[in-house]
Amino acid sequence: MSDPVLSVSDLSKRYGETPAVDGVSFTVARNEIVGLLGPNGAGKTTTINMILGVLAPSAGRILIDGVDVARRRREALARTNFAAVYAPLPGNLTVYQNLRIFGLIYAVPALRQRIEVLLDQFGLRELRNMKCGVLSSGEQTRVALAKAMLNRPHLLLLDEPTASLDPSVAQEIRALIQEFARREAGGVLWTSHNMYEVAEVCDRVLFLSRGRILLEGDPRSLPRQHGRRSLEELFIALAREPLAPRVAGHA
Amino acid sequence: MPSFKRIAAILLRQYYLMRGSAARVVPLFAWVTVDIVLWGFITRYLNSVSHAGFNFVPALLGAVLLWDFLTRVMQGVTMAFFEDVWSRNFLNIFATPLSLHEYLIGLVSSSIATSAVGLVVMVVMATLAFGLSFFVYGLMFVPFILILFLSGIALGIFGCALVLRLGPAAEWFVWPIPALVSPFAGVFYPLSVLPAWMRAISWLLPPSYVFEGMRALVAHREFSDGLLALGGGLAVFYVLLAGWIFTRVYRHAVRTGLIARYSAETVN
Repeated sequence: MSDPVLSVSDLSKRYGETPAVDGVSFTVARNEIVGLLGPNGAGKTTTINMILGVLAPSAGRILIDGVDVARRRREALARTNFAAVYAPLPGNLTVYQNLRIFGLIYAVPALRQRIEVLLDQFGLRELRNMKCGVLSSGEQTRVALAKAMLNRPHLLLLDEPTASLDPSVAQEIRALIQEFARREAGGVLWTSHNMYEVAEVCDRVLFLSRGRILLEGDPRSLPRQHGRRSLEELFIALAREPLAPRVAGHA
Repeated sequence: MPSFKRIAAILLRQYYLMRGSAARVVPLFAWVTVDIVLWGFITRYLNSVSHAGFNFVPALLGAVLLWDFLTRVMQGVTMAFFEDVWSRNFLNIFATPLSLHEYLIGLVSSSIATSAVGLVVMVVMATLAFGLSFFVYGLMFVPFILILFLSGIALGIFGCALVLRLGPAAEWFVWPIPALVSPFAGVFYPLSVLPAWMRAISWLLPPSYVFEGMRALVAHREFSDGLLALGGGLAVFYVLLAGWIFTRVYRHAVRTGLIARYSAETVN
Protein backbone atom coordinates (compact mmCIF):
# COMPACT_ATOMS: atom_id res chain seq x y z
CA MET A 1 0.00 0.00 0.00
CA SER A 2 1.33 3.46 -0.92
CA ASP A 3 1.94 6.16 1.66
CA PRO A 4 -1.28 7.77 2.85
CA VAL A 5 -2.17 11.12 1.34
CA LEU A 6 -3.31 12.28 4.78
CA SER A 7 -1.91 11.11 8.06
CA VAL A 8 -3.32 12.52 11.30
CA SER A 9 -1.66 11.49 14.57
CA ASP A 10 -2.87 12.19 18.10
CA LEU A 11 -4.58 15.37 16.99
CA SER A 12 -6.15 17.43 19.75
CA LYS A 13 -7.74 20.83 20.07
CA ARG A 14 -8.75 22.23 23.43
CA TYR A 15 -10.53 25.47 24.17
CA GLY A 16 -9.50 26.07 27.75
CA GLU A 17 -10.48 22.89 29.58
CA THR A 18 -12.93 21.79 26.89
CA PRO A 19 -11.62 19.32 24.33
CA ALA A 20 -13.08 19.85 20.84
CA VAL A 21 -10.89 17.13 19.32
CA ASP A 22 -9.21 14.66 21.62
CA GLY A 23 -6.29 12.54 20.40
CA VAL A 24 -7.64 11.63 16.98
CA SER A 25 -5.52 9.50 14.62
CA PHE A 26 -6.44 8.31 11.14
CA THR A 27 -5.19 8.14 7.57
CA VAL A 28 -6.64 8.63 4.10
CA ALA A 29 -5.07 6.65 1.27
CA ARG A 30 -4.92 7.55 -2.40
CA ASN A 31 -8.12 6.74 -4.30
CA GLU A 32 -9.89 6.43 -0.99
CA ILE A 33 -12.97 8.34 0.15
CA VAL A 34 -13.19 8.46 3.93
CA GLY A 35 -16.35 9.65 5.64
CA LEU A 36 -15.97 11.66 8.83
CA LEU A 37 -19.26 11.22 10.65
CA GLY A 38 -20.65 12.37 13.92
CA PRO A 39 -23.35 14.44 15.56
CA ASN A 40 -23.22 18.21 15.63
CA GLY A 41 -20.31 19.40 17.76
CA ALA A 42 -18.47 16.09 17.44
CA GLY A 43 -15.33 17.80 16.13
CA LYS A 44 -15.60 17.14 12.38
CA THR A 45 -15.25 20.73 11.21
CA THR A 46 -12.62 21.43 13.85
CA THR A 47 -10.59 18.52 12.47
CA ILE A 48 -10.98 19.78 8.91
CA ASN A 49 -10.00 23.31 9.90
CA MET A 50 -6.83 21.98 11.53
CA ILE A 51 -5.96 20.02 8.40
CA LEU A 52 -6.51 23.22 6.37
CA GLY A 53 -4.11 25.15 8.61
CA VAL A 54 -6.67 27.74 9.70
CA LEU A 55 -6.86 26.35 13.22
CA ALA A 56 -3.77 25.50 15.24
CA PRO A 57 -3.90 22.10 16.99
CA SER A 58 -3.20 21.95 20.71
CA ALA A 59 -1.28 18.73 20.06
CA GLY A 60 -0.65 16.20 17.34
CA ARG A 61 0.64 16.09 13.83
CA ILE A 62 -0.89 16.38 10.36
CA LEU A 63 0.98 15.19 7.28
CA ILE A 64 -0.34 15.79 3.77
CA ASP A 65 1.61 13.69 1.29
CA GLY A 66 4.22 13.35 4.01
CA VAL A 67 4.48 17.15 4.38
CA ASP A 68 3.92 18.54 7.88
CA VAL A 69 1.17 21.21 7.82
CA ALA A 70 2.58 22.96 10.89
CA ARG A 71 6.12 23.23 9.52
CA ARG A 72 5.63 23.50 5.76
CA ARG A 73 2.15 24.95 5.54
CA ARG A 74 2.41 26.38 2.03
CA GLU A 75 3.78 23.17 0.53
CA ALA A 76 1.15 21.07 2.28
CA LEU A 77 -1.77 23.30 1.31
CA ALA A 78 -0.62 23.46 -2.32
CA ARG A 79 -1.53 19.74 -2.47
CA THR A 80 -4.88 20.23 -0.77
CA ASN A 81 -8.17 21.90 -1.55
CA PHE A 82 -11.60 22.02 0.00
CA ALA A 83 -15.24 22.87 -0.42
CA ALA A 84 -17.56 23.60 2.46
CA VAL A 85 -21.16 24.62 2.53
CA TYR A 86 -20.33 27.43 4.99
CA ALA A 87 -17.52 28.88 2.84
CA PRO A 88 -19.10 30.07 -0.41
CA LEU A 89 -16.92 31.83 -2.95
CA PRO A 90 -17.30 35.63 -3.11
CA GLY A 91 -20.72 36.36 -4.54
CA ASN A 92 -19.64 39.64 -6.14
CA LEU A 93 -17.30 37.88 -8.57
CA THR A 94 -18.28 35.77 -11.55
CA VAL A 95 -17.67 32.04 -11.77
CA TYR A 96 -14.75 32.57 -14.14
CA GLN A 97 -13.23 35.37 -12.04
CA ASN A 98 -13.35 33.26 -8.89
CA LEU A 99 -11.75 30.31 -10.62
CA ARG A 100 -9.04 32.53 -12.13
CA ILE A 101 -8.19 34.15 -8.80
CA PHE A 102 -7.99 30.87 -6.90
CA GLY A 103 -6.12 29.30 -9.81
CA LEU A 104 -3.45 31.97 -9.43
CA ILE A 105 -3.33 31.48 -5.67
CA TYR A 106 -2.79 27.73 -6.19
CA ALA A 107 -0.30 28.51 -9.01
CA VAL A 108 -2.18 26.19 -11.38
CA PRO A 109 -0.20 25.65 -14.60
CA ALA A 110 -2.00 26.35 -17.91
CA LEU A 111 -4.77 27.94 -15.87
CA ARG A 112 -7.05 29.06 -18.71
CA GLN A 113 -7.24 25.56 -20.14
CA ARG A 114 -7.77 24.06 -16.70
CA ILE A 115 -10.67 26.42 -16.06
CA GLU A 116 -12.25 25.52 -19.40
CA VAL A 117 -12.03 21.82 -18.55
CA LEU A 118 -13.63 22.37 -15.16
CA LEU A 119 -16.38 24.58 -16.57
CA ASP A 120 -17.35 21.67 -18.82
CA GLN A 121 -16.85 19.00 -16.18
CA PHE A 122 -19.11 20.74 -13.67
CA GLY A 123 -21.66 22.03 -16.18
CA LEU A 124 -20.74 25.64 -15.51
CA ARG A 125 -20.11 26.89 -19.03
CA GLU A 126 -23.45 28.68 -19.25
CA LEU A 127 -22.83 30.29 -15.86
CA ARG A 128 -19.26 31.33 -16.61
CA ASN A 129 -19.95 35.08 -16.55
CA MET A 130 -22.59 35.08 -13.85
CA LYS A 131 -21.85 36.41 -10.39
CA CYS A 132 -21.70 33.60 -7.85
CA GLY A 133 -24.05 35.45 -5.53
CA VAL A 134 -26.99 35.04 -7.90
CA LEU A 135 -26.50 31.31 -8.46
CA SER A 136 -28.69 28.66 -6.85
CA SER A 137 -27.31 26.54 -3.98
CA GLY A 138 -26.64 23.67 -6.35
CA GLU A 139 -24.82 25.89 -8.82
CA GLN A 140 -22.76 27.47 -6.05
CA THR A 141 -21.79 24.03 -4.81
CA ARG A 142 -20.67 23.06 -8.31
CA VAL A 143 -18.55 26.24 -8.50
CA ALA A 144 -17.05 25.51 -5.07
CA LEU A 145 -16.21 21.97 -6.21
CA ALA A 146 -14.69 23.24 -9.47
CA LYS A 147 -12.52 25.57 -7.37
CA ALA A 148 -11.64 22.62 -5.11
CA MET A 149 -10.44 20.64 -8.14
CA LEU A 150 -8.45 23.50 -9.71
CA ASN A 151 -5.03 22.40 -8.46
CA ARG A 152 -5.70 18.65 -8.90
CA PRO A 153 -5.37 18.23 -5.13
CA HIS A 154 -3.90 15.10 -3.65
CA LEU A 155 -6.22 15.61 -0.72
CA LEU A 156 -9.75 16.93 -1.07
CA LEU A 157 -11.64 18.00 2.03
CA LEU A 158 -15.39 18.24 1.67
CA ASP A 159 -17.48 19.51 4.55
CA GLU A 160 -21.12 18.62 3.84
CA PRO A 161 -20.75 19.40 0.14
CA THR A 162 -24.25 18.23 -0.74
CA ALA A 163 -26.07 19.67 2.28
CA SER A 164 -28.22 22.14 0.37
CA LEU A 165 -28.70 20.19 -2.84
CA ASP A 166 -31.71 18.38 -4.25
CA PRO A 167 -31.24 14.60 -4.62
CA SER A 168 -30.62 14.76 -8.35
CA VAL A 169 -27.85 17.38 -8.14
CA ALA A 170 -26.42 15.66 -5.05
CA GLN A 171 -26.12 12.43 -7.03
CA GLU A 172 -24.27 14.22 -9.82
CA ILE A 173 -21.89 15.76 -7.32
CA ARG A 174 -21.24 12.39 -5.67
CA ALA A 175 -20.44 10.87 -9.05
CA LEU A 176 -17.99 13.67 -9.85
CA ILE A 177 -16.17 13.23 -6.56
CA GLN A 178 -16.00 9.47 -6.95
CA GLU A 179 -14.57 9.99 -10.41
CA PHE A 180 -12.02 12.40 -8.97
CA ALA A 181 -10.86 9.84 -6.40
CA ARG A 182 -10.63 7.15 -9.09
CA ARG A 183 -9.03 9.13 -11.89
CA GLU A 184 -6.87 11.74 -10.17
CA ALA A 185 -5.58 9.36 -7.50
CA GLY A 186 -6.66 11.77 -4.82
CA GLY A 187 -7.82 11.01 -1.32
CA VAL A 188 -11.07 12.50 -0.06
CA LEU A 189 -12.16 13.29 3.49
CA TRP A 190 -15.90 13.81 3.46
CA THR A 191 -18.23 14.93 6.21
CA SER A 192 -21.94 14.45 5.83
CA HIS A 193 -25.09 13.85 7.82
CA ASN A 194 -26.64 11.95 4.95
CA MET A 195 -25.98 8.29 5.80
CA TYR A 196 -27.38 7.05 2.51
CA GLU A 197 -24.82 9.20 0.72
CA VAL A 198 -22.01 8.05 2.96
CA ALA A 199 -22.85 4.40 2.43
CA GLU A 200 -22.89 4.96 -1.32
CA VAL A 201 -19.72 6.99 -1.65
CA CYS A 202 -17.30 6.25 1.18
CA ASP A 203 -14.83 3.38 1.26
CA ARG A 204 -14.40 3.79 4.98
CA VAL A 205 -16.03 5.80 7.74
CA LEU A 206 -14.86 7.24 11.05
CA PHE A 207 -17.44 7.92 13.73
CA LEU A 208 -16.51 10.91 15.81
CA SER A 209 -18.21 11.81 19.07
CA ARG A 210 -17.10 14.41 21.61
CA GLY A 211 -13.85 14.81 19.75
CA ARG A 212 -12.90 11.12 19.75
CA ILE A 213 -13.08 8.41 17.12
CA LEU A 214 -15.50 5.76 18.39
CA LEU A 215 -15.68 3.49 15.42
CA GLU A 216 -13.99 2.92 12.12
CA GLY A 217 -14.81 0.61 9.25
CA ASP A 218 -16.61 -0.18 6.01
CA PRO A 219 -19.93 1.70 5.93
CA ARG A 220 -21.64 -1.29 4.29
CA SER A 221 -20.63 -3.89 6.87
CA LEU A 222 -20.44 -1.80 10.05
CA PRO A 223 -24.19 -1.70 10.76
CA ARG A 224 -24.45 -5.52 10.64
CA GLN A 225 -21.42 -5.93 12.87
CA HIS A 226 -23.20 -3.82 15.48
CA GLY A 227 -26.61 -5.35 15.12
CA ARG A 228 -28.15 -2.45 13.24
CA ARG A 229 -30.05 -2.46 10.01
CA SER A 230 -28.55 0.65 8.49
CA LEU A 231 -25.77 3.17 8.88
CA GLU A 232 -28.32 5.74 9.93
CA GLU A 233 -29.54 3.52 12.74
CA LEU A 234 -25.96 2.95 13.84
CA PHE A 235 -25.31 6.69 13.69
CA ILE A 236 -28.28 7.42 15.92
CA ALA A 237 -27.30 4.72 18.38
CA LEU A 238 -23.73 5.99 18.59
CA ALA A 239 -24.83 9.60 18.93
CA ARG A 240 -27.08 8.67 21.87
CA GLU A 241 -25.00 6.01 23.57
CA PRO A 242 -21.37 6.39 22.57
CA LEU A 243 -19.24 3.26 22.74
CA ALA A 244 -15.80 3.33 24.21
CA PRO A 245 -13.38 4.76 21.69
CA ARG A 246 -12.57 2.42 18.82
CA VAL A 247 -13.89 -0.73 20.48
CA ALA A 248 -15.39 -2.41 17.51
CA GLY A 249 -15.42 -2.64 13.78
CA HIS A 250 -11.84 -1.52 13.43
CA ALA A 251 -10.96 -1.87 9.78
CA MET B 1 10.04 34.10 -1.33
CA PRO B 2 6.71 35.77 -2.16
CA SER B 3 5.01 34.46 -5.28
CA PHE B 4 4.15 37.07 -7.90
CA LYS B 5 1.16 34.98 -9.03
CA ARG B 6 -0.41 34.89 -5.60
CA ILE B 7 0.10 38.63 -5.10
CA ALA B 8 -1.34 39.22 -8.56
CA ALA B 9 -4.40 37.19 -7.55
CA ILE B 10 -5.22 39.67 -4.77
CA LEU B 11 -4.64 42.58 -7.14
CA LEU B 12 -6.72 40.95 -9.87
CA ARG B 13 -9.58 40.41 -7.45
CA GLN B 14 -9.64 44.16 -6.74
CA TYR B 15 -9.51 44.92 -10.46
CA TYR B 16 -12.47 42.62 -11.14
CA LEU B 17 -14.45 44.22 -8.32
CA MET B 18 -13.67 47.75 -9.54
CA ARG B 19 -14.44 46.91 -13.14
CA GLY B 20 -17.85 45.67 -12.28
CA SER B 21 -18.90 48.35 -9.82
CA ALA B 22 -19.29 52.11 -10.24
CA ALA B 23 -19.85 52.29 -6.48
CA ARG B 24 -16.22 51.22 -6.01
CA VAL B 25 -14.72 53.35 -8.80
CA VAL B 26 -16.44 56.71 -8.22
CA PRO B 27 -15.13 57.18 -4.64
CA LEU B 28 -11.57 56.85 -5.96
CA PHE B 29 -11.81 60.35 -7.38
CA ALA B 30 -15.12 61.84 -6.22
CA TRP B 31 -14.20 62.73 -2.64
CA VAL B 32 -10.74 64.00 -3.49
CA THR B 33 -12.32 66.20 -6.18
CA VAL B 34 -14.77 67.61 -3.65
CA ASP B 35 -11.93 68.28 -1.20
CA ILE B 36 -9.75 70.02 -3.78
CA VAL B 37 -12.66 72.19 -5.00
CA LEU B 38 -13.70 73.12 -1.46
CA TRP B 39 -10.21 73.91 -0.21
CA GLY B 40 -9.25 75.49 -3.51
CA PHE B 41 -11.93 78.14 -3.05
CA ILE B 42 -11.15 78.54 0.64
CA THR B 43 -7.49 79.24 -0.15
CA ARG B 44 -8.49 81.62 -2.97
CA TYR B 45 -10.70 83.51 -0.51
CA LEU B 46 -7.97 83.59 2.15
CA ASN B 47 -5.48 84.95 -0.40
CA SER B 48 -7.93 87.72 -1.30
CA VAL B 49 -8.50 88.89 2.29
CA SER B 50 -4.95 88.37 3.57
CA HIS B 51 -2.67 91.39 3.61
CA ALA B 52 0.44 89.53 4.62
CA GLY B 53 1.24 88.51 1.05
CA PHE B 54 1.25 84.90 2.17
CA ASN B 55 0.20 82.41 -0.48
CA PHE B 56 -2.26 79.95 1.05
CA VAL B 57 -2.46 77.75 -2.03
CA PRO B 58 0.70 75.70 -1.55
CA ALA B 59 0.35 75.76 2.27
CA LEU B 60 -3.32 74.83 2.67
CA LEU B 61 -4.33 73.27 -0.64
CA GLY B 62 -1.03 71.40 -0.77
CA ALA B 63 -1.65 70.14 2.76
CA VAL B 64 -5.15 68.96 1.83
CA LEU B 65 -3.78 67.16 -1.20
CA LEU B 66 -1.04 65.41 0.75
CA TRP B 67 -3.32 64.49 3.63
CA ASP B 68 -5.98 63.15 1.27
CA PHE B 69 -3.28 61.05 -0.36
CA LEU B 70 -2.37 59.46 2.97
CA THR B 71 -6.06 58.80 3.68
CA ARG B 72 -6.56 57.19 0.24
CA VAL B 73 -3.53 54.96 0.73
CA MET B 74 -4.86 53.78 4.08
CA GLN B 75 -8.33 53.21 2.70
CA GLY B 76 -6.87 51.40 -0.31
CA VAL B 77 -5.43 48.78 2.04
CA THR B 78 -8.45 48.53 4.32
CA MET B 79 -11.00 48.45 1.49
CA ALA B 80 -9.20 45.55 -0.18
CA PHE B 81 -9.20 43.74 3.18
CA PHE B 82 -12.86 44.55 3.83
CA GLU B 83 -13.79 42.85 0.56
CA ASP B 84 -12.75 39.59 2.25
CA VAL B 85 -14.62 40.55 5.42
CA TRP B 86 -17.81 41.45 3.58
CA SER B 87 -17.74 38.38 1.34
CA ARG B 88 -16.87 36.10 4.28
CA ASN B 89 -13.88 34.90 2.33
CA PHE B 90 -11.25 34.36 5.02
CA LEU B 91 -11.54 30.60 5.07
CA ASN B 92 -11.22 30.40 1.28
CA ILE B 93 -8.26 32.78 1.27
CA PHE B 94 -6.29 31.52 4.24
CA ALA B 95 -6.79 27.78 3.67
CA THR B 96 -4.58 28.09 0.59
CA PRO B 97 -0.83 28.28 -0.05
CA LEU B 98 -1.14 32.11 0.08
CA SER B 99 1.20 33.39 2.77
CA LEU B 100 0.39 36.27 5.07
CA HIS B 101 3.16 38.35 3.48
CA GLU B 102 1.79 37.74 0.01
CA TYR B 103 -1.67 38.69 1.19
CA LEU B 104 -0.42 41.94 2.74
CA ILE B 105 1.71 42.78 -0.30
CA GLY B 106 -1.39 42.17 -2.43
CA LEU B 107 -3.41 44.59 -0.30
CA VAL B 108 -0.63 47.19 -0.50
CA SER B 109 -0.29 46.76 -4.29
CA SER B 110 -4.00 47.28 -4.62
CA SER B 111 -3.70 50.43 -2.53
CA ILE B 112 -0.87 51.74 -4.73
CA ALA B 113 -3.12 51.41 -7.77
CA THR B 114 -6.20 53.03 -6.21
CA SER B 115 -4.38 55.83 -4.38
CA ALA B 116 -2.39 56.69 -7.53
CA VAL B 117 -5.70 57.40 -9.28
CA GLY B 118 -6.71 59.76 -6.48
CA LEU B 119 -3.31 61.46 -6.45
CA VAL B 120 -3.32 62.10 -10.20
CA VAL B 121 -6.85 63.53 -10.06
CA MET B 122 -5.91 65.80 -7.14
CA VAL B 123 -2.67 67.02 -8.72
CA VAL B 124 -4.35 67.77 -12.05
CA MET B 125 -7.27 69.60 -10.44
CA ALA B 126 -5.17 71.56 -7.96
CA THR B 127 -2.75 72.61 -10.70
CA LEU B 128 -5.23 73.48 -13.44
CA ALA B 129 -8.07 74.95 -11.39
CA PHE B 130 -6.23 76.61 -8.51
CA GLY B 131 -2.69 77.13 -9.76
CA LEU B 132 -0.95 74.92 -7.21
CA SER B 133 2.63 74.71 -8.42
CA PHE B 134 4.60 71.68 -7.32
CA PHE B 135 7.81 73.53 -8.13
CA VAL B 136 7.37 75.16 -4.71
CA TYR B 137 8.12 71.81 -3.10
CA GLY B 138 10.82 70.90 -5.59
CA LEU B 139 12.35 67.47 -5.25
CA MET B 140 11.16 67.30 -1.65
CA PHE B 141 7.76 66.35 -3.04
CA VAL B 142 9.12 62.84 -3.62
CA PRO B 143 10.12 62.09 -0.01
CA PHE B 144 6.92 63.80 1.19
CA ILE B 145 4.82 61.46 -0.89
CA LEU B 146 6.92 58.46 0.08
CA ILE B 147 6.63 59.14 3.81
CA LEU B 148 2.88 59.71 3.58
CA PHE B 149 2.51 56.57 1.49
CA LEU B 150 4.33 54.47 4.08
CA SER B 151 2.30 56.08 6.87
CA GLY B 152 -0.94 55.29 5.03
CA ILE B 153 0.20 51.68 4.56
CA ALA B 154 1.02 51.38 8.26
CA LEU B 155 -2.35 52.81 9.31
CA GLY B 156 -4.13 50.58 6.78
CA ILE B 157 -2.48 47.38 7.98
CA PHE B 158 -3.12 48.39 11.59
CA GLY B 159 -6.80 48.96 10.71
CA CYS B 160 -6.98 45.50 9.13
CA ALA B 161 -5.48 43.96 12.26
CA LEU B 162 -8.07 45.76 14.36
CA VAL B 163 -10.95 44.35 12.32
CA LEU B 164 -9.45 40.86 12.19
CA ARG B 165 -9.12 40.90 15.98
CA LEU B 166 -12.41 42.55 16.93
CA GLY B 167 -14.70 41.46 14.13
CA PRO B 168 -16.51 43.09 11.19
CA ALA B 169 -18.27 45.69 13.37
CA ALA B 170 -14.86 47.15 14.26
CA GLU B 171 -14.60 48.68 10.80
CA TRP B 172 -16.23 51.73 12.37
CA PHE B 173 -13.07 52.15 14.44
CA VAL B 174 -11.03 52.21 11.26
CA TRP B 175 -12.73 54.95 9.25
CA PRO B 176 -12.02 57.76 11.79
CA ILE B 177 -8.31 56.90 12.22
CA PRO B 178 -7.06 59.66 9.83
CA ALA B 179 -9.31 62.20 11.56
CA LEU B 180 -7.89 61.18 14.94
CA VAL B 181 -4.31 61.47 13.69
CA SER B 182 -4.68 64.76 11.80
CA PRO B 183 -4.73 67.18 14.78
CA PHE B 184 -1.40 65.73 15.93
CA ALA B 185 0.12 65.66 12.45
CA GLY B 186 -0.15 69.46 12.07
CA VAL B 187 -1.71 69.22 8.64
CA PHE B 188 -2.99 72.81 8.61
CA TYR B 189 -0.91 74.52 11.31
CA PRO B 190 2.63 74.47 12.62
CA LEU B 191 3.35 72.14 15.50
CA SER B 192 4.52 75.15 17.53
CA VAL B 193 0.88 76.12 18.15
CA LEU B 194 0.19 72.81 19.89
CA PRO B 195 0.54 72.30 23.63
CA ALA B 196 3.68 70.48 24.71
CA TRP B 197 1.98 67.12 25.30
CA MET B 198 0.41 67.15 21.83
CA ARG B 199 3.71 68.24 20.27
CA ALA B 200 5.44 65.28 21.92
CA ILE B 201 2.98 62.93 20.21
CA SER B 202 3.33 64.83 16.93
CA TRP B 203 7.05 64.13 16.70
CA LEU B 204 6.26 60.43 16.85
CA LEU B 205 4.12 60.72 13.72
CA PRO B 206 5.91 60.67 10.35
CA PRO B 207 3.34 62.97 8.61
CA SER B 208 4.24 65.75 11.07
CA TYR B 209 7.71 65.92 9.51
CA VAL B 210 6.19 66.18 6.05
CA PHE B 211 3.82 69.03 6.91
CA GLU B 212 6.46 70.92 8.87
CA GLY B 213 8.81 70.51 5.93
CA MET B 214 6.14 71.62 3.48
CA ARG B 215 5.42 74.80 5.43
CA ALA B 216 9.14 75.55 5.73
CA LEU B 217 9.56 75.25 1.97
CA VAL B 218 6.58 77.51 1.28
CA ALA B 219 7.92 80.13 3.70
CA HIS B 220 11.43 79.78 2.17
CA ARG B 221 12.81 78.60 5.48
CA GLU B 222 15.38 75.87 6.01
CA PHE B 223 14.14 72.41 6.90
CA SER B 224 16.64 69.84 8.01
CA ASP B 225 17.06 66.83 5.74
CA GLY B 226 17.89 64.94 8.89
CA LEU B 227 14.41 65.59 10.28
CA LEU B 228 12.84 64.36 7.08
CA ALA B 229 15.03 61.26 7.21
CA LEU B 230 13.84 60.74 10.78
CA GLY B 231 10.24 60.97 9.54
CA GLY B 232 11.07 58.42 6.83
CA GLY B 233 12.71 56.10 9.36
CA LEU B 234 9.69 56.35 11.63
CA ALA B 235 7.38 55.56 8.69
CA VAL B 236 9.37 52.42 7.84
CA PHE B 237 9.32 51.44 11.51
CA TYR B 238 5.52 51.83 11.67
CA VAL B 239 5.03 49.72 8.54
CA LEU B 240 7.10 46.95 10.13
CA LEU B 241 5.27 47.39 13.43
CA ALA B 242 1.86 47.22 11.73
CA GLY B 243 2.95 44.09 9.83
CA TRP B 244 4.11 42.54 13.10
CA ILE B 245 0.81 43.40 14.82
CA PHE B 246 -1.19 41.94 11.93
CA THR B 247 0.89 38.75 12.05
CA ARG B 248 0.35 38.45 15.81
CA VAL B 249 -3.40 38.99 15.42
CA TYR B 250 -3.53 36.43 12.60
CA ARG B 251 -1.68 33.86 14.72
CA HIS B 252 -4.07 34.53 17.57
CA ALA B 253 -6.96 34.04 15.14
CA VAL B 254 -5.52 30.70 14.00
CA ARG B 255 -4.95 29.60 17.60
CA THR B 256 -8.46 30.49 18.73
CA GLY B 257 -10.33 29.43 15.59
CA LEU B 258 -11.31 33.01 14.72
CA ILE B 259 -10.35 32.61 11.05
CA ALA B 260 -12.69 29.69 10.61
CA ARG B 261 -15.49 31.30 12.64
CA TYR B 262 -15.08 34.65 10.90
CA SER B 263 -16.67 33.07 7.85
CA ALA B 264 -19.78 32.43 9.84
CA GLU B 265 -19.80 36.02 11.14
CA THR B 266 -19.79 34.83 14.70
CA VAL B 267 -16.91 36.96 15.90
CA ASN B 268 -17.65 38.79 19.10
